[in-house]
Formats: sequence, structure tokens, C-alpha cells
Amino acid sequence: MTRTPLVGRLGTRPVLLAAGLVIALALPWLIYPPVAMDIACWALFAAALDLLLGFTGLLSFGHAAFWGGSAYVTGLISLHLGMPFPVAVLGGAAGAALLALPVGYLSVRLRGIYFAMVTLAFAQMIYFIVNQWRDVTGGENGLQGVPRELFGLDLSDPFIFYYVGLPLVLAGFFGAWRIVHSPFGRVLISIRDNPARAQALGYPVERYKLLAFVLSAALSGLAGGLFAISHGFASLQDVYWTTSGQVVMMVVLGGIGTLWGGAIGAGLVVSLNDYLSTAGFQEVGIVTGSIFVFVVLVFRRGIWGTAQQLLTRRSGNPRAEPSSPGTGEDAAPKREGVSL
Amino acid sequence: MLEQAFNGLVGGAFFALLALGLAVIFGMLGVVNFAHGAFYMLGAFGTYILLDSYGVSFWLALVLVPLALGLFGTVLEVLFIRRLAPLDPLYNFLFTFGLALILQDLVKRQYGVQSQPYPRPDELSGSIDLGLFTYPAYQVFVLGVSVAVCVLVWVVLTRTRIGMIVRAATERPELTRALGIDVGRWVAPVFGFGIALAGLAGVLAAPMRAVNPLMGGDLIITVFAVVVIGGLGSIFGSVAAGFGIGLVSALGNLYVPALSQTLVFILMAVVLLWRPAGLFGREDALV
Repeated sequence: MTRTPLVGRLGTRPVLLAAGLVIALALPWLIYPPVAMDIACWALFAAALDLLLGFTGLLSFGHAAFWGGSAYVTGLISLHLGMPFPVAVLGGAAGAALLALPVGYLSVRLRGIYFAMVTLAFAQMIYFIVNQWRDVTGGENGLQGVPRELFGLDLSDPFIFYYVGLPLVLAGFFGAWRIVHSPFGRVLISIRDNPARAQALGYPVERYKLLAFVLSAALSGLAGGLFAISHGFASLQDVYWTTSGQVVMMVVLGGIGTLWGGAIGAGLVVSLNDYLSTAGFQEVGIVTGSIFVFVVLVFRRGIWGTAQQLLTRRSGNPRAEPSSPGTGEDAAPKREGVSL
Repeated sequence: MLEQAFNGLVGGAFFALLALGLAVIFGMLGVVNFAHGAFYMLGAFGTYILLDSYGVSFWLALVLVPLALGLFGTVLEVLFIRRLAPLDPLYNFLFTFGLALILQDLVKRQYGVQSQPYPRPDELSGSIDLGLFTYPAYQVFVLGVSVAVCVLVWVVLTRTRIGMIVRAATERPELTRALGIDVGRWVAPVFGFGIALAGLAGVLAAPMRAVNPLMGGDLIITVFAVVVIGGLGSIFGSVAAGFGIGLVSALGNLYVPALSQTLVFILMAVVLLWRPAGLFGREDALV
């Protein structure tokens, strides 16, 4: 390794981190605060999915089960036990992790497209259960009137609530970042790149995948629970397959395997959806579907991945960003495009 | 109870047609087509629009709609699916997912979410006495068409030269190519054919199920579970699982109504635990 990229590394990472923090803190000043909260929640959801998709090589198409499942658990805890909302959200995340255990156990033995189909099917099962279990979940009406309880503080102002809820999101992001950069995360990457070799080196591949799946579900649950508190309700939409698809789109749009790219994707998609619905355009699927098709056809590296590639090319060193696996030259591997 | 079993078989007829289309496409292209449900919906809507706007009868629609959708599918393969084929198969899954969203919401924008009525064709409006019970003639017709199409596809695959090429290309594409057979020529038509099957299921659904833009989205995920149970890539397994799941869900509905929608997924979980490749799948197909 030459000296230039090392300097670049020390220089860029804190700058980017600081920039991210500034954006996170400034967001409710720039846009409508409830939308800012939505973006924060979806950004964490996207990072949680990327943990699995970009760093373990598993495309889950059923993450709505964990986001929405946690939304319901969080809502139920808040409604019936009157706990402070962070406790309810953590309860929701724990519920999501618990749910991920059997789902993951059955799914991680499958690969690629098979894994996507099976997770999608299990999420649909959760959707049907939530839909049918009316006494508890409210069926088609969802859970209404979820309170924002925190030691009797008045959190009804969405601007204030954003700053009260943000630490949970940042903690989630820190968790995801820690996981990716831990020895455990390195093993996940090796499993993504070459499962057979990881197995041969003595790593129990399926157990690692299962743990990654559960951790990803827990972080998704953290995001989904906070989302439910922020909106004051949990709805069937939260567990529906379009939600699973939407978060996948955010990650692909932002850049698979970049962790932060998903946040950019989330920001764009949530803002766009908000803009469309204020403009009275209800068939959002036409627009989101088109973005999906466009990104898959011609923009597979995503925004962050493309930016990284441009930076790398300029500095003339393919390994200028070794801290972000899954993109850059060394991860644009065997096949063209980012490997899923 | 026998009547309920018959209901199950009719429900299974739709599963089987859709699963068959998915399996044929997956076998030849390695693509899992998420938009399959959207094409089923388009089949039903096409039938409705043909009657509502142009007075075209059900019988003509039964031929025209699958043909049109098959053609559309063929063009789709040539323009887009082919471009993504060299990449990870998940990209085509994502592509068809986006396509499904577009198609569903385009129809929703035009027709709203409420269901459109479609009358049963006059010839099949009555009931048939099946000995033990009488049954609506239309449902018997649906079952008959579905079984006939599945058998026909089976015969074509096992007894004709085209079927032989498709099977060979599915099992060993490189070797088939090495033997001088132009596999690429058959890819687009096979994709179109799979879409046509989804369209056919949609036409058959129009007179007996609610015709609305959302009819395909939920159904296709259930069909995914059916395909996983039968064994992804196994054409026979998909069809058998289609009818079998239809039957089992209907009977399950009789005894445990609360499980009516979730039973398929519970069965999928059991099958995955016991045979991860599905009932008729091969283990090496999992990779």
C-alpha cells in the first residue's frame, strides 16, 4: 500500500462521518420534520438490509416482516404497557430478532434466488397472520393511537421528537458499522465472496449467516418500531411485500455493500414519495417501479458505489477505499456489475 | 367435503397454471419472474376490457389475450431480460419486481382498485351434475382447461423435438450448444410462452374471481411458496404441488378456517425443514 491512499483514508473518513452527522442533525431544519424522521427510519432499515445483502450476499425480500413485525410489537407495548417509547422500540427490535430466528434458520440454507423467494413467502405469511389476528392487531385498521411516552415529556412536536428519536437511529447505524468492521463482519464478507472457502477454513457458514440475519432483523426492527412511534400507528402496509421491495430498492439505488448508500437511497425515495403524495399522485408504484427498472438496467453500482468508483479512478489507485468492501474494483468481480 | 375438495382442485388449477409458467421460465432462463402475478392480472383485465369496450366474447379472449401477452413477453425478453441474463439472476428478479409495480399501478391508475364485474359465458352459466353433487359448469371447465394445458405441456416437453431441446437446454446449456443447437433462439419464445400461461390463468379467473389491479400481487407470492414446495426447476413438481396445495388448503380451510391463508407457508416451512430442495427438486439445483 502506498502512502497516498493512507493519507486519503485518514482524511476522508472523519470528514464523511462529520458530514453525515451534520446532515442528520440539520435534516428537520431543511425539510418537514415528520418526513425527516421517516428518512432516518428508512435509512437505518436500508443499512440493516445492506448488512445482509451487501456484506453477507443474501438478498432478503421479506424484511417487511421485521420492520412491520416490530412496528406492531412496539405499538402493542406502548398501547398496553405504557412504557417509555425507547423501551417499546427495543422490545419491538427484540421481537423482530426472535421472529428472525426460525425464519432465518429455514432460509439461510438456501442461496440466491431461492433465499429471496423463501424470505418473501415467510413475510407474506406474517402479513396474513397480522391481517387475520384482528383482536390483537386491529386487522385492516391497524393499531391506532400509539402514544409517544417518555417520562411525561411533551413530544407531540415532530421537530422535537426527531431529536429525541435520532439517538436510536444513530445507535443502530453505529451497531451496523461495528458489525461490518468487526472480525465477525470480515467472516461475513468472506462468506459472501467464497462460501466454500469460508467453510473449508472452519467457519460454520450457516450459523454465521443466521446470526447476520438475526442482527439485520433486529436493526430493521429498531427502525420499524421508531417508525410506528413516529406515526402513532402500525398498519398492514408495514408488513406488506411492497415494503420489502422498497427497502431493497433504496439499497440498490444507494449502492449495495456501502452501508451509507442506503441512507442516500432512503432520503431520495422517501422525499420522492412524499412529493408525489402531496401532489395527489397515488400510483407511486409507476415511479418507484421505473426507478427500480432503471437502476437495475443501467445503474447497478448505485449512487454511493458510482461516487466511490469515480473517486478511486481519480486517485488512480484501485484500493483507495479499502475500508468499504463490496464496491470498488476488487468487488466488481467475476461478473459485470455488483455481485449480489 | 367432496365439494370442498373439488373447490380445492379448482383453486389448485390456477396455482398449477401459474407455477407451470414460472417453472418453464426458470428452467430455460434461470429467471424467477416476479411480474408473473402482474401478467395474470393483465390477462383478467384484458378479458374484461375486450368485452367491455369492444364486445369481444370470452371465447375469443381465451385465445387472443394469452397470444397478445405471450408476444409482449417475447419482446420483453429480447429487450430487457436478455441484457441482464449474464449477471446474477437476482438482477432479473429485481427487474421483474419493478415491472410488476409499474404494471399494477398503471392499471390501478386507469381503473381504480374496485373490482370489475365479468359475467360467466352463457354456455357455462349452469351447473353440472357430477353424481355426488352438482357443481357450477364454469368451475368444471376451468379445471378441465388447466389439466389439459398441463398435460399438453408435458407431452410437448417429453415427446417432441422442441421439448427435447428445451429440456436439454435446461439441464446442460453448454453441452446443448456444443451439439450445434441454437439455444438462444428458443429463449424468447419460451419466456413468452410462460407469460402466455399466466395470461391464460388470468382469462380463466375473470368470470369467477374479482378483477382488480391487486389480484396478482398476493397470489404470486403464494405461488412462489407452491413452487418452493414442488421444487424450483421441477416442472412436474410445480404442477403437482399446484393441485396438491389447492386441495390441502381447501380441506384445511374446512377444518381450521383460521389457517386458510397461512397453511401454504406452514407447509413450505415443513418441506424446507425436511427437503430443502422441495418435494421433486434436485439438491444441486439449490446453488
